[in-house]
Amino acid sequence: MLLRFALKNLSGAGLRTALNVAVLSLVFVAIVTTQGLLEGMNRQASRAMVDAEYGGGQYWSPDFDPYDPLSYSQAQEPVPPRLRDLVERGAAVEELIVQGTIYPEGRVFPVLIRGIDPGQELLDLPAHVLSDSTAEIPGLIGERMARSTGLGAGDSVTLQWRDRNGTFDARDVTIDEVMKTTVQSIDKGQIWVPIETLRALTGRHGEATLVVVRQGETEHPEVEDWSFKTVDYLLTDIHNLIMSKTLGSMIVYVILLFLAMLAVFDTQILSIFHRRKEIGTLMAMGLTRRQVTVLFTLEGSLIGAFAAVLAFLYGAPALWWLSRVGWRLPETTDSYGFAVGEVLYPYYGPWLVVVTTVILLAVTTGVSYLPARRILKYRATEALRGKIL
Amino acid sequence: MNQHTSPNGQLIQLTGVTKTYPMGEGHIVALDDVSLGLRSGEFSGLVGPSGSGKTTLLNIVGSLDEPTSGQAVVLGEDVAALNEKRAAQLRNLHIGFIFQTFNLLAVYSVFENVEFPLLLLRQPAEQRRQAVTEALDRVGLADRATSRPHQLSGGQCQRVAIARAIVKSPQIVLADEPTANLDAENSHNVIRIMEDLNRDLGTTFLFSTHDEKVVGYLRRTITLADGRVVADETRSSEP
Repeated sequence: MLLRFALKNLSGAGLRTALNVAVLSLVFVAIVTTQGLLEGMNRQASRAMVDAEYGGGQYWSPDFDPYDPLSYSQAQEPVPPRLRDLVERGAAVEELIVQGTIYPEGRVFPVLIRGIDPGQELLDLPAHVLSDSTAEIPGLIGERMARSTGLGAGDSVTLQWRDRNGTFDARDVTIDEVMKTTVQSIDKGQIWVPIETLRALTGRHGEATLVVVRQGETEHPEVEDWSFKTVDYLLTDIHNLIMSKTLGSMIVYVILLFLAMLAVFDTQILSIFHRRKEIGTLMAMGLTRRQVTVLFTLEGSLIGAFAAVLAFLYGAPALWWLSRVGWRLPETTDSYGFAVGEVLYPYYGPWLVVVTTVILLAVTTGVSYLPARRILKYRATEALRGKIL
Repeated sequence: MNQHTSPNGQLIQLTGVTKTYPMGEGHIVALDDVSLGLRSGEFSGLVGPSGSGKTTLLNIVGSLDEPTSGQAVVLGEDVAALNEKRAAQLRNLHIGFIFQTFNLLAVYSVFENVEFPLLLLRQPAEQRRQAVTEALDRVGLADRATSRPHQLSGGQCQRVAIARAIVKSPQIVLADEPTANLDAENSHNVIRIMEDLNRDLGTTFLFSTHDEKVVGYLRRTITLADGRVVADETRSSEP
């Protein structure tokens, strides 16, 4: 009954209702769009990093700490037999990481020399070019590395490193290919070489810094001293980064939502003011104050519900289209540190839509109730005379 | 019609009713020791100057307000003892209101305005349609059922308000200055309609008015001054 009255009153309010619904639906679509972009960024970056670097998780040698550059000089250990078994049956790939220096165009450029099996297919890394090469020491670098060093495919550069005894050694590396990747951590300051070559150059036969497990591999044997890092652990940084961006964007949502709710609140206040006599009349006809309060609150809530429906009607096709064509990112985005590439594909999960809808409806109902609750204190006789409390 | 009366056979029985309102440090007395009774089917009016307590008395009878002291028994119910829900039920079931400013719901059509009390009573659609059509017929507005209040004249609006008040066949209709916003001809039409309803349906009407034209139609005139009943006259024959 009250719902019927509320619907009638809203349709009677005409333009005022339409404007509120339109504004609220825009806020709804804006929130879902931006949240979807961030979620898409999270998924895209995570996917790229898993494919290119993390695989199904990594075993780290005892002293390896990617956040401590000083640990690199000790972070090479013989690969334990159980991990070697995984490698031999194609369920894992070894990486040997050694600090070094290159001298492009006379400049000193510190690098991480990363040795990997050129035949590996676990990671999305064109390591096969290293086996096709005729160079004595073939090398693979990324686009960002190429830009910062001025190196290109076919160029040679002097590479210096310390062997396991701490003795400096140097050779020329020939860059076989400049790879295009969105994952900066396999690109910037990195030079990839065949693992056996690197082992030979450093005298670290059979050693590795980490072992990357194949995606979907369920066997993660306990290995003494080597620690297994899950994908979730490895992605913690990117998740935290996205979370910080999400929290930042929340401020914008709160402001947007606040403005929309201000409109609803304002409408409710005006509505109650203009309809004082109606409130009294409704009470005289047999509605209780609580019922009248519910009626006015319902009118506000319905604005939120209509906004959600309207947002779905025009937002769903628009957001579907955006998820197909993606959001082309500006050049500067690459410097943010996200492995998202040139185009960001937003992801709108059902959870995002449901949560946003529930929040919108809950906030609209709350904002509608705040002014409407004053009716609970109204006396019908005062309302009929057009008095306000 | 199901009749609810007080033990002495009165539909409305006020005994020593006093109503005061706080005003600054003190209070004002709107009703001062008013005692009177109304029987079923009466066509009565409260007359007196502004501020004499007419509307306050109507509000108490309509269970929209309660006395500060004394007792108001309406349809066998002590108004002061009713909780809000029960008072709303009493109004919903048994009391119709007519206001000076019509108080029609602007976004509703004439039909919907008259139908509104029946929706509150949760009557079936067909029953509502019949009752609304009959009520509109009685006030001569059957042809304006789809109009909106803003498309009607003042007299027509008040006739819609009358239809809304009587559509649920209440035992009491309380009319607060029903002709105050109407010209002479419309006042005459409106009061005649109510008189017909009183005669045909036996509905008890209680007016508040200071309109001499209305007073001429009343069969009982209760005069108030400064919150007290100063005269209570019953006419033996119709005008």
